[in-house]
Amino acid sequence: MTVHTLTIAELARKLRSREVSSEELTRACLARIEQHNKPLNAFLTVTADAALAASRVADKRLAAGDAGPLTGVPIGHKDIFCTDGVRTSCGSRILDNFVAPYDATVVARLKNAGTVMIGKLNMDEFAMGSSNETSYYGPVANPWDRTRVPGGSSGGSAAAVAARLLPAATGTDTGGSIRQPAALTGITGFKPTYGRVSRYGMIAFASSLDQAGVLTRSVEDAALLLEAMAGFDPADSTSVDVPVPKYSTLLEQPLKGLKIGLLKEFFDKGLDESNAACVRAALDVCKRLGAELREVSLPNLPLSVPTYYVVAPAECSSNLSRFDGVRFGYRCKDPKDLMDLYKRSRGEGFGAEVKRRIMTGTYVLSAGYYDAYYLKAQKVRALINEDFRRAFGEVDVLMGPTTPTPAFAIGAKMNDPITMYLNDIYTIGANLAGLPAMSVPCGLVEGLPVGLQIIGPHFSEAKIFNVGHLYQRETDWHRRAPAGYA
Amino acid sequence: MSTLTRKEVEAIAHLARLAITETEFPVYVASLSSIVAFIEQLAAADTANVEPMAHPLAGQVQRLRPDVITESDHHDKYQQNAPQVQAGLYLVPKVIE
Amino acid sequence: MESTNKTWEIVIGLEIHAQLATKSKIFSGSPTAYGAPPNTQANLVDLGYPGVLPVFNGEAARMAVKFGLATKSKVAQRSIFARKNYFYPDLPKGYQISQYELPIVAGGTLDVVLDDGSRKTIGITRAHLEEDAGKSIHEGLPGLSGIDLNRAGTPLLEIVSEPDMRSAKEAVAYLKTVHTLVRYLEICDGNMQEGSFRCDANVSVRKFGAAKFGTRAELKNLNSFRFIEKAINYEVARQIDILESGGSIVQETRLYDSERNETRSMRSKEEANDYRYFPDPDLLPVEISAAFIEQVRATLPELPDEKRARFMRDHGLTEYDADVLTVSRELAAYYESVVKLLGKEPKLAANWVMGELSGALNRDGLDIGASHMSAERLTGLLARIVDNTISGKIAKEVFEAMWNEGKDADAVIAEKGLKQITDSGAIEAAIDAVMAANPGQLAEYRGGKDKLFGFFVGQVMKATQGKANPAQLNDLLRKKLQG
Repeated sequence: MTVHTLTIAELARKLRSREVSSEELTRACLARIEQHNKPLNAFLTVTADAALAASRVADKRLAAGDAGPLTGVPIGHKDIFCTDGVRTSCGSRILDNFVAPYDATVVARLKNAGTVMIGKLNMDEFAMGSSNETSYYGPVANPWDRTRVPGGSSGGSAAAVAARLLPAATGTDTGGSIRQPAALTGITGFKPTYGRVSRYGMIAFASSLDQAGVLTRSVEDAALLLEAMAGFDPADSTSVDVPVPKYSTLLEQPLKGLKIGLLKEFFDKGLDESNAACVRAALDVCKRLGAELREVSLPNLPLSVPTYYVVAPAECSSNLSRFDGVRFGYRCKDPKDLMDLYKRSRGEGFGAEVKRRIMTGTYVLSAGYYDAYYLKAQKVRALINEDFRRAFGEVDVLMGPTTPTPAFAIGAKMNDPITMYLNDIYTIGANLAGLPAMSVPCGLVEGLPVGLQIIGPHFSEAKIFNVGHLYQRETDWHRRAPAGYA
Repeated sequence: MSTLTRKEVEAIAHLARLAITETEFPVYVASLSSIVAFIEQLAAADTANVEPMAHPLAGQVQRLRPDVITESDHHDKYQQNAPQVQAGLYLVPKVIE
Repeated sequence: MESTNKTWEIVIGLEIHAQLATKSKIFSGSPTAYGAPPNTQANLVDLGYPGVLPVFNGEAARMAVKFGLATKSKVAQRSIFARKNYFYPDLPKGYQISQYELPIVAGGTLDVVLDDGSRKTIGITRAHLEEDAGKSIHEGLPGLSGIDLNRAGTPLLEIVSEPDMRSAKEAVAYLKTVHTLVRYLEICDGNMQEGSFRCDANVSVRKFGAAKFGTRAELKNLNSFRFIEKAINYEVARQIDILESGGSIVQETRLYDSERNETRSMRSKEEANDYRYFPDPDLLPVEISAAFIEQVRATLPELPDEKRARFMRDHGLTEYDADVLTVSRELAAYYESVVKLLGKEPKLAANWVMGELSGALNRDGLDIGASHMSAERLTGLLARIVDNTISGKIAKEVFEAMWNEGKDADAVIAEKGLKQITDSGAIEAAIDAVMAANPGQLAEYRGGKDKLFGFFVGQVMKATQGKANPAQLNDLLRKKLQG
């Protein structure tokens, strides 16, 4: 039986009916990884023995009838999540030797739900990047065209799921790092409302923007995973105490009467015409299903990228100070004094993009600049937030493109940071406002996937899943696989 | 001010405890300057009377934890990651007060 | 020696870091107990491991509010935690979680009693919450320092005074007042040796009448009241010296060296630190409701000031006595127990608690809590003075026996036969015998040598093993000597 094309929902049925065992699924994943990972460079660590052991435990539970919807399902974790006893590198040399002594809450919850962890996935270093080219371990390749990037920072997660190496992977999204790679690799990527999922154990990049989410091959799968991941965590002060709906049971509400807002600012000259065409076709599908389209404007949205590039570096410059060669992680050889220990451990341990952002952050927080940059950015952020709030007074969800173009060539945008930063132009707003958002595949342009973005108000995950799921029932973009991985 | 000088970048790198080599300096000066020029766009926004937004969820307040000891000693496990440890202490080059 | 310099006015502000007596740390559930082996009380949050997050201990908020109420400060309805960014090995995250623009408490006052008995009101600018750093150990590690993070994350209340003090003695008086207060409030154990009560002093001088403050130096490593006074005096003299010879003061941090009694510039702190404060995004604004404040207010004990006033008013004690007895809540409670049980003569109780009892405690290095003598047993002794069973002098002997042997007053008095002689007949007989045995002195006394009275008193006391009631003895002796 070919299992690698099945979604989690389909796999769960077969596991429960014992048509297939978790161990068989796990072996199948491991075999495909063995076969395909090298040129993709998606996996950094494969925990084969532990995975097989976990799969056998899952099989026992399945046999005893003591199984949930995720029992026995293989999954990969972005290497930003701490995994007890397993190396957690965050894509960086500075954590190359770091074995996490605890599980992130997300990891623990998915483990408790019965998933089988296959390994840790490559990513842009410290989640800073939009192409997975800043990883210490080398770039990840897009399975649709291995000369192109898969997007970032959750590039390894996206490539692994798109190549059908496993059915799902966790990711994190600070400025678009789940949605953008999902769009570039033709899969579904979901970022929840800020505070919906615990950040405990998720190595921090920008604390007020980071959220954990998932990359899957269907909206239904994303809903199943989010049900298990989400919820209040006393270990995270920014975690919200709001009950978690059973998202997987709320997917079928008809779209009739749904008001969809089209962001004027998204359909701008930066958007590739072919991308725009795919997105418009997707919107037509929604219209056919009974939704109403109307144009809305978020006038401060064009400032979202510069706002982000003040706030995120500021927070990360502080969050990354703990990497100092003292208690864990990389320490430079023969430090001659304390200052040398700090400067060389960090200078040698961090890559260029990370150092760039740390320095940007240090600069915008420094004496004399705090008001002009950091405080100013937080005020513009409030304006953007207010724009969204007003828009959601008129419409139920916002839709538009996830990225301005399809996947670009590896190396094409590494020379100028600003060009790279502008890849996130459509995704960043949702992070600044803490809104839930999802990307689903909506077309192919010259053989490269295009994503449709759906953004909803705070805690509207169910509505977003609902819209995405009905769209995926009418279309089959999400079932298309890259050549050689089908 | 949209370009940074070499001296400014040196000061920032020092504050951030990052060793930058001679060949790297010009690259960072250039890229940081372009980033700073890019974020200057914010100056044009009218933010009079706008409260800065520190957290995405307005109205949320800090939860208070009860004063209870919940942790026990695991230093053996944690210190396995330490570059240099002796008698339970993390070692660094001598700190001069 | 502090000089009363007529030209230069001394200006002192104090920053106190009081470790709050919570069971667990401010942002993690690790224990705060002092003295554990290195790094055995440092969990992942305290160690600043990747991925960890802080969760705020509500008891620290309660204690800060208590302090705010006791100093008539404004308690902020909304306060913010901010990150203070700098690199130091005992600061695991590379930033300290503190409070910057919106502290939990601000704008209070404390009344301080000075040496000469006068009172001065010292302003408290603010008191804010923050986490403590770990410790560096330098001994026994050649070329290296060892970092112990047990202390990292312990809650601190940083209390900043207005620059209202004008002498080292005023500074010490303020410090002692705060020290007593935080112990009364049970928010800090005030143990300076263990570092749970630390003080930095900002010292400057200016010409009397000058409008602006002079440049100040920050003094650190002041870990006893005595050292603080000496350090400030040294620094004032140093600054006056410099200014009088035409130099200027450098704004810097200076370490006090108690062995040499001097302050020295701290090399590593010469560069100004840019702390890049910003609100900590991992923590949300702390909201303190009016209800919360009232709940805390209900738990406030009688404050030292109020207690002192009450002792003076209701017990008739002097200001000095009231001061001594209210230094600690436990001592005051002990004293009040005695007063209550005795039912009268609070001054007697005061004298004995301040005198014999405190003397015995000091001698044996004990706290009032570890006293060998309960309030009940001491009262038993005092009752026998009040009812004339023994004299005050004999009582001291009884006290010693009670303290060392753990017996009751009555048992000791009976055992040693120390009952006072109050039978006039017996005393007269003793006087007669002494007079008869000392005819020479008798003649001299009657001849005008008045000071021989003491001789006769002594002789009668000797003859009666000190048990003659002194008042009766004086009376009867005077009559008989006159003839």
